[in-house]
Amino acid sequence: MASSLDRKLLRDLGRSWGQMVAVAAVAACAVTAFVAMGSTYRSLLGSQRLYYAEYRFADVFASLQRAPDSLAARIAAIPGVARAETRVVRDVTLDVPGLAEPATGRLISIPDRGRPELNDLAIRRGRYVAPGRTNEVIASEAFAEANGLRPGDAIGAILNGRWEKLTIVGVALSPEYVYEVKGGGAIFPDNRRFGVLWASRAMVAPALGMQGAFNDVAVSLGAGANEAEVIAQLDHLLARYGGLGAYGRDDQISYRFLSDEIAQNRATATIVPGIFLAAAAFLLYTVLSRLIATQRPQVGTLKAFGYSNTAIGWHYLKMALAAVGAGLVMGVAAGAYFGFRLTRVYQIFYRFPMLHYELSAGLVIVASLISLLAGALGAVAAVRKAVQMPPAEAMRPPGPARYRAGWLERMGIDRRVPLEGRMIVRDIERRPWRAAFTWLGIAMSVAILVVGFYFFDAIGYLMRLQFETVQREDVAVTFSDPRSAASRYNLANLPGVLRSEPYRAVAARLSYEHRSRRVVVMGERAAGILRPLVDEKLRIHTLPPEGIVLTRRLGELLGVKEGERVTLEVLEGARLVRQVPVSALVDEPIGYSAYMDLDALNRLLREGGTTSGAFLKVDPREAPRLYALLKRTPAVRSIAVKQASVESFKDTLAESVKISTTILVALACTLAFGMVYNGIRVALSERARELASLRVLGFSRGEVRTILLGREALLLAAAIPAGWALGAVACELIARAVASDLFRLPVVITAQTLAIAAGIVVGASALTALGVSRQLDHLDLVETLKTGE
Amino acid sequence: MLQAPKTQTPHSPPTEQAPKGDRIFHVHQVSKIYRMGGVEVHALREVDFDLFPGEFVVLLGPSGSGKSTLLNIMGALDAPTSGEVLFHDHNLSAADDLERTRYRREHVGFVFQFYNLIPSLTARENVALVAELAENPMPPEEALALVGLSERLDHFPAQMSGGEQQRVAIARAIVKRPELLLCDEPTGALDYETGKLVLEALARVNQELGATIAIITHNAAIAGLADRVIRLRSGEIVEIRRNEKKISPAEVIW
Repeated sequence: MASSLDRKLLRDLGRSWGQMVAVAAVAACAVTAFVAMGSTYRSLLGSQRLYYAEYRFADVFASLQRAPDSLAARIAAIPGVARAETRVVRDVTLDVPGLAEPATGRLISIPDRGRPELNDLAIRRGRYVAPGRTNEVIASEAFAEANGLRPGDAIGAILNGRWEKLTIVGVALSPEYVYEVKGGGAIFPDNRRFGVLWASRAMVAPALGMQGAFNDVAVSLGAGANEAEVIAQLDHLLARYGGLGAYGRDDQISYRFLSDEIAQNRATATIVPGIFLAAAAFLLYTVLSRLIATQRPQVGTLKAFGYSNTAIGWHYLKMALAAVGAGLVMGVAAGAYFGFRLTRVYQIFYRFPMLHYELSAGLVIVASLISLLAGALGAVAAVRKAVQMPPAEAMRPPGPARYRAGWLERMGIDRRVPLEGRMIVRDIERRPWRAAFTWLGIAMSVAILVVGFYFFDAIGYLMRLQFETVQREDVAVTFSDPRSAASRYNLANLPGVLRSEPYRAVAARLSYEHRSRRVVVMGERAAGILRPLVDEKLRIHTLPPEGIVLTRRLGELLGVKEGERVTLEVLEGARLVRQVPVSALVDEPIGYSAYMDLDALNRLLREGGTTSGAFLKVDPREAPRLYALLKRTPAVRSIAVKQASVESFKDTLAESVKISTTILVALACTLAFGMVYNGIRVALSERARELASLRVLGFSRGEVRTILLGREALLLAAAIPAGWALGAVACELIARAVASDLFRLPVVITAQTLAIAAGIVVGASALTALGVSRQLDHLDLVETLKTGE
Repeated sequence: MLQAPKTQTPHSPPTEQAPKGDRIFHVHQVSKIYRMGGVEVHALREVDFDLFPGEFVVLLGPSGSGKSTLLNIMGALDAPTSGEVLFHDHNLSAADDLERTRYRREHVGFVFQFYNLIPSLTARENVALVAELAENPMPPEEALALVGLSERLDHFPAQMSGGEQQRVAIARAIVKRPELLLCDEPTGALDYETGKLVLEALARVNQELGATIAIITHNAAIAGLADRVIRLRSGEIVEIRRNEKKISPAEVIW
């Protein structure tokens, strides 16, 4: 049974359907963003937790040179350690069918019988390795997929100086490699050229000369264990076995990336819907305020007939709830769809055995509650004025709009401003909050786009920095063991090698006061050109002949300044401990590293011209021959070929951000539409009489349109730079929030991004304005002039 | 064209026309029919009359007589269903939106019952807004002085009385030196004293600028100010009368 008031409600909704649609659309955006991002966040978090728990992801990790198996018991006995699993892990050169250049395989031992106690594998295809069978491996899924490898396929690998044929019997996922990157500065996945291979301990240990020994250990912690304490004990225990420093999950690359990603999702899942809910509340407030203003006499009449304030308030509140409710339904549907798509996108980079998309009822309920609450908030603010008015006053038409010269004019700015401009300025000054919200809303939509495209910019910048400016080599060769100076000349003589620059990489612990950090100290030739020391602003720094250069991030972690001395504890060989002056801090965005002049490092290590590998510049015509040769050189442990991976990563990235960019563009456009549409509709309603008068006085349609749209255009013009600034601040905050030890997103926003963001918002606003302003053509000059408001 | 304009129709009673000069406005056989739902409303029935330069004409009639419709058609805000409206030689009834806009912009001044000032502009600015559209406007201050508002140049509409607002509206209408001033119940929303001030302003404009003024009103007292009075009833002209003795606004009593 619909009461008369409800029938009025329906008709009012019908009359102002355009604005109701705008409110519903903005509310839908809020709910879409909330549901999509929230469900993605929960799905990722749930999957991560479940995966880590079910597959027993370790808590602490450590690599070492070599320790006897007997040490395992002592590790397990460390207080707080629940389980410990020793392993043999080594990067080996692979010959992958169909891939010209050599790939790197991380060979990880798994128990001969039974499953790994920690970091268990999720077999996706094929089977687990069979006991007693040699040369069976399980390949990581990302690597297998990228190279089209299936169970039964064979790949070649150099194991302890010999070529071996390995048969892939299974394809698997590991909680250790949800995000599968090589590490050591390589933070972009290159699944064609890097993969993980698991093989039985019985096969790996002899092949790598590790019988009865291990060089890697993973540990899980018992309840209430102190991670730092366990790490310290483990380091102590492993020190004499060439321990490279234990670390917790926070320093585990895959965990770190995944957790950062989830944390980022959580932040956006809160902020973005918040913006839209505020916008929806504001829109409802203006729409209803206006509606109620035009219905003032009706409100007065209803009250005079005896309708209570509550009844009238509830009547208008229902309008708000109807609009928000419609948005809610659309938003939940769109949010579920986009959440599902987004979750699928994460599969590209993050490999889960079970990435379940999960849209919980709780999330929908929360979405409903907060969106309806926001709607009610906007409505109540608008309704309050109407119901508080005594009926007699409500039934009188409102007095003329009060304008005065605002502060801008009192400052004397306006004298040269045309009258139309003054009208706009005074209109803004008369209702500064309304203008401010519209302005802010449009600015937000610009900002949302800036942030959306910023990720392209930042990652593109990082990639250019990494692959073009820093890594100028074509190939980076790592030797199986540090070699004498003579080997560098061998490399230089290989076919196609145009230039060879040796480097020495040594694992070390840097300490300053009570703080310390595990790093790889890179010794490079100061005169080298293949690996220049580049800072964030792309300035090239020369390695000083003495002392150590740290990335600024590392310097901050250690709390050390230029000129101070850090303690450098070498984690290999004789484990020398030295004091080294910090000669410079460099802003390098990726990783945290320490650099020294090659000769200075050799002197420090008391070794004569020892190198760990070399960077090569290669003649492309000779490259295939060189790769074939390097593949078959036992002294070479791994080879990183830079070039091809760049393009493939860009494609993957573009694919993965397509969906989120689509969402952001849709959200931003809707927000701009909502703001501009509402602004113009309200102006049209408030000023219809004024505009009709102008038409009667001889203003053309175009001129009247200019006056009507001028305010919106001015706000838009003012919102764009503000949106840029807001976006830049947001990018800065995001960059800071996601900055990890692994990398920092540089705050680089290209002019293109700014232009696109502004362009999209201007375009959306212009289309909206064009659509609404057509109503000016239907302005009934005769009718509008007869009556007052 | 120079003949005395004397257009009689079977429906029109005998009228007395002002014989001076060339007519500026010619309304011929104009009818206006509104369709409201299934009902046809004849707002005007084959109306004929002319206006001449410098005339002060009052279109008098009760509500529903069609006088507002007539004013709308004269202002090219509305088109007649049939008949012809000529401004000089321009046929307004066949004009498109652009031509009508130009007509209003260049030749006609409007004064509304509810003033219709732009609330965000001061008196001076309201006048200037229209002056900027015109080719040969008078200074806005001069227009405002003509209606006795030199002291209120920088006041906003909300800071002025109704009479003041209406005089600003008159200043706004005359600033472009229009040939024709159309006034829709200019005193309708005003009290007696203020209304007289507004009428004085209109009379002065008529005398000093020589603009033709057409006022529509239901207030018969105003008719005494006119050179000619055109009386309407039920969409028809029932009488066109020439005032032998015009009274001054000060003498108007209602």
